[in-house]
Amino acid sequence: MKELPFTIASFDTYLTERKVMASRCTSCGALWLPPRPICLTCKADQMEWEELTGKGTLVAFTVIGVGPMPMIDAGYGRDNPYCVGIVQVEEGPRIGAQILGVDVAHPENIKIGTKVTADFVERGSWHFVEEVAKAKKAYLAFRA
Amino acid sequence: MAQGKRRLGRGVAIVGAGMSAFGTRPDITNRELFAEAFTDMKDSVDKGFEHQDIEALYVGNCGAEMWESQSVMGNLCADIIGLTPRPARKIEDACASSSVAVRDGLIAIASGLYDMVLVGGTEKMTSLPINWTTMALACGSDTTFEGSVGFTFPGLYAAMATAHMEAYGTTHDDLLRVAIKNHSNGALNPKAHFPMTIKQVMEMRAAKAEEKGGPVPTWSDEMEFLNDPRFNPVIAWPNTLFDCCPITDGAACLLLVAEEIAREFTDVPIYIIGTGQASGHNLHDRDTLTSIPAAKLAAEQAYEMAGVDPGDIKMAEVHDCFTIAEVMAIADLGFFKEGKEAAVAAGEGKTARDGQKPINVSGGLKCKGHPVGATGAAQMVEIFQQMRGEAGERQVTATDIDIALNHNIGAHGTTAVVQIYERR
Repeated sequence: MKELPFTIASFDTYLTERKVMASRCTSCGALWLPPRPICLTCKADQMEWEELTGKGTLVAFTVIGVGPMPMIDAGYGRDNPYCVGIVQVEEGPRIGAQILGVDVAHPENIKIGTKVTADFVERGSWHFVEEVAKAKKAYLAFRA
Repeated sequence: MAQGKRRLGRGVAIVGAGMSAFGTRPDITNRELFAEAFTDMKDSVDKGFEHQDIEALYVGNCGAEMWESQSVMGNLCADIIGLTPRPARKIEDACASSSVAVRDGLIAIASGLYDMVLVGGTEKMTSLPINWTTMALACGSDTTFEGSVGFTFPGLYAAMATAHMEAYGTTHDDLLRVAIKNHSNGALNPKAHFPMTIKQVMEMRAAKAEEKGGPVPTWSDEMEFLNDPRFNPVIAWPNTLFDCCPITDGAACLLLVAEEIAREFTDVPIYIIGTGQASGHNLHDRDTLTSIPAAKLAAEQAYEMAGVDPGDIKMAEVHDCFTIAEVMAIADLGFFKEGKEAAVAAGEGKTARDGQKPINVSGGLKCKGHPVGATGAAQMVEIFQQMRGEAGERQVTATDIDIALNHNIGAHGTTAVVQIYERR
């Protein structure tokens, strides 16, 4: 497998292949999701890719009716809210993502500690300029 | 290399402080808001000052590029107040922009480079539809891994609120009591965006419902009103409308001078005796979601430099962009224990204007308003007035405020500034 650089674009490319890829520091072994080029723990800059299982636990969340433009363009709004949260993956790191398969009409029923697995969604890009914003890209999500 | 004790090269004092009226100001631009704050500041300098003695300008501004399609806010603010050709710069650090601007001006004087600088901030936020303002604010998140996956600012703090509720049993009613407290303070602030108590808001809504001929709601008290989703809808669960600060236009500024010349301008200068600033990770890379680590670090630096501890602080203006933010702030600053003790402090009256630790006597961001690039400087305007006994109806009288503190968070804790002030 060709080694991709430790960039956000590479992380996105792996998402289109439905893979959740993290970077592991070859110096101290720390694991980073999203991947980083420089290790926060030991500051070394030699990383290797590691595919994660995609299993994790919900540690914090919210349900939003007034979202940013990419979510509005994806059809979300006051009458169709969505859940977004912080997930701790079983390998250790945490990441923010949309949470699918939860009762967004009753946020009080959504529980921290819920087991989730990686899923992949396609939405527009984050940008103020419409031509740029309409470019579709893959996002990591998790499903309860 | 471990960082040793940090000291300012020389002392710095605030000798003037002013702000524009906060609110929805459709008829006025960022720079004009700043000019309004400057005029107000000028009137506050007891013995006056020579305009040409201002040597530099540091202006906080978060998003004029988005809200006004205008960059270079430093130069524009210098120009409108007649400060050109003095060096001017804009500082952007999200909601902490103006605290960072003040700190940079302070450091410039402490370094010996200047004797007098003007510092502050301005923000015009009401010019975009709410969808785009939500987007503009979310640009202060990590847009790659937070904003674009769906987090908004109310949402980021809501996530912290769910973690706090899970860890400590904090309730939404605990949070709403922060809003009730801050509105009761802000009702006495003529510059506040919404100078009304929650009870007054409630009565206004009931009167409006009656006017429209619909059924008139009968709430027994403010809590019942705030728990009525028809009048206090969810923005980002569990954050409701009244957990969130408003979208506000406003500006604030301060005149800083070297300590040795401070009494040329006033007999009551307010000295900045401690300053701290730290950066923080995005939410997902933090060890905790129930406090703001950068705020704790900034507070440690400020306390250490000032040589005081949390018990010495007589009042504080803290960053209550959302109700949960004040709960975390008063713990991060060491005033209350993290968890339920901090969560119920407002409800128990401990942080009231006449309580043991008055917090946000200005009304806070929640009631006074949060023009993001001006907020830190506006906190300092309140501190300047309170420490000099000039805060009118909302003056803290239970204690003599000789030491005070402000706490200003950039974004969701990726920047934090804490400063400590003394009246001698």
